[in-house]
Amino acid sequence: MLSAHRVSKRYRAVQALDGVSLDLPPGEVVALVGDNGAGKSTLVKVLSGVVIPDDGVITQDGDPIRIATPHEARRRGIATVHQDLALCENLDVVANLFLGDERRRWSLLSHIRMERTARDLLASLDVRIPDIRVPVAMLSGGQRQSVAIARALVGEPRVVILDEPTAALGVEQTAQVLDLIRRLGDRGLAVLVISHNLADVRAVSDRIAVLRLGRNSGDFRTAESTPEAVVAAITGSTAEEAHP
Amino acid sequence: MTALAVLLRKPLRPLRGTGRADLGAWPVVAGLVLIAVVFGSLNDRFLSAENLTNLALQMAATGTIALGIIMVVLLGEIDLSAGSVSGLAAVIMTILYVNRGWEPLPAIGVALLGAALIGLLHGWMFTRLGMPSFVVTLAGLIGWQGLMLYLLGSGGTINLPFDGFLARLSDTWLPAWASWLIAALVVVARAAGGLVNHRLRRAAGLPVTSLAGVLLRVGGLALALAAVVSVLSADRGVPLLLVIFGALVVILDLVLRHTVFGRHMYAVGGNAEAARRAGISVNRIRLIAFAAASTLAACGGILAASRLAAVNQSSGSSDTLLMAIAAAVIGGASLFGGRGRPYAALLGILVIQSITNGMLLLNVDSSVRYMVTAAVLAVAVALDSLARRGQPR
Repeated sequence: MLSAHRVSKRYRAVQALDGVSLDLPPGEVVALVGDNGAGKSTLVKVLSGVVIPDDGVITQDGDPIRIATPHEARRRGIATVHQDLALCENLDVVANLFLGDERRRWSLLSHIRMERTARDLLASLDVRIPDIRVPVAMLSGGQRQSVAIARALVGEPRVVILDEPTAALGVEQTAQVLDLIRRLGDRGLAVLVISHNLADVRAVSDRIAVLRLGRNSGDFRTAESTPEAVVAAITGSTAEEAHP
Repeated sequence: MTALAVLLRKPLRPLRGTGRADLGAWPVVAGLVLIAVVFGSLNDRFLSAENLTNLALQMAATGTIALGIIMVVLLGEIDLSAGSVSGLAAVIMTILYVNRGWEPLPAIGVALLGAALIGLLHGWMFTRLGMPSFVVTLAGLIGWQGLMLYLLGSGGTINLPFDGFLARLSDTWLPAWASWLIAALVVVARAAGGLVNHRLRRAAGLPVTSLAGVLLRVGGLALALAAVVSVLSADRGVPLLLVIFGALVVILDLVLRHTVFGRHMYAVGGNAEAARRAGISVNRIRLIAFAAASTLAACGGILAASRLAAVNQSSGSSDTLLMAIAAAVIGGASLFGGRGRPYAALLGILVIQSITNGMLLLNVDSSVRYMVTAAVLAVAVALDSLARRGQPR
């Protein structure tokens, strides 16, 4: 289990995070919600090694760890899918899945090994792409998002962080991607989803963590919470009652 | 992207994205056929074995420079210094070989090494100093030409001995049996590669193209090579220069498609930020690309010097550079980066050199020749730009 304990980060005059705690147990999809400037992005950056917190502890399976670089985060099994996906649109699905981590023998690409693994991975996630040998530029937004998520899984991570995975998608594609996220949880991965869309959050998550002005402002079991309580925690109108 | 926008875009899908890559090289091949038909009907010498052999000789040098251009164009950058570097390398080689009396191979080696260092310098200025590649290599275009003129001194021209290794390089013709042997080996290698790949894919349970398709491609290649060899053997034989150029094209294509380095080249050209985040050393790739571009330009310059049997003040003049860039783009390398194969250099230089050659045969004024070449280039870049505009985002 990956956990953040009382993490703080200050950017000059702005206290972006102020003693925030978050648990990501395996097999659970946790949604991280909050208004703009609530500290969601900073917390994600702390967990993915982009930003080093001023204070607080990150633990993995109870042991304190240091995540100083994105590379280190990946090495510890923490994969992040950024909002802009970071795909090479001129390359095909297989090439994108293994980008920077190509299967090779000496310096020669193992095309067949990569394509076999890619097809198995996509099939196991129930991602349907008609032809995985066409450039990613030819795929729909939902398919691209699925490729980006599948790519995060190539390194066999234990934690997957998804930044606004449905922000750019239509209704049907959103449903597909939410299904995919659910399947990540079913695989036993710890999943953290950052989203603005409360309907999506309720559809996909087991737990909802709310940030407000850099602090924890609520933590709900999704099934037992009401939308009003979550909104209240986000806006802070009746934050005291919403606190568990 | 809303669902409506997706629906609206759908009918356009076959056109967008890879655009020309979908059609492959067929538009260029169609253009070549058109050129052959037009010039062949206007002048019966155009398609003669002798003229086609001349064409093969003429395209090797600039084609090799175009190969180098493709290396940087794949990254979405440009190398304007390729012409000057080709001239400078040829002059360095000639001075060492003729004036200093070096053996030819060390002289060529030093010239290539010097060019590689020049490329690294360009790459360093681009990656470390953050200068646009356009400006870096524009400075190179002027500066390296200046150095070349300085090295040439007041004499201006240095001749290569006619019976020497370098002049003979472009006056060596493969006997018919050797040409057929090389062609046969290439076809066998291609067929073996295709069949082994087919087997391995089937064994791995991956979708395979039909065996007939594989054989059809090999048959097409065999037919094309047989045509080239029989036509060129009817005259003086297959020129060694063409074999060198062809080998460079094939090797570079294999490297770009089947090595990790090649994959990273396309990745950096497609989305440098994504490549960086994937842990690819983007600057290393860029340095190698610029070094390769300058080295290939030097190869081209040496081939040109060999053909002329001399270097002079117009070695690698601006015409060379523009022809090389035009060849790369006409052949299908995208100026926006990430798309194109080394075969673009071969096809593109064939188009340009055929037009040039045909118009010279027809005694068309060079003014018209420039305008026609420019029109072909403009059409090629327009197609490239349209293909890119069709892409989402």
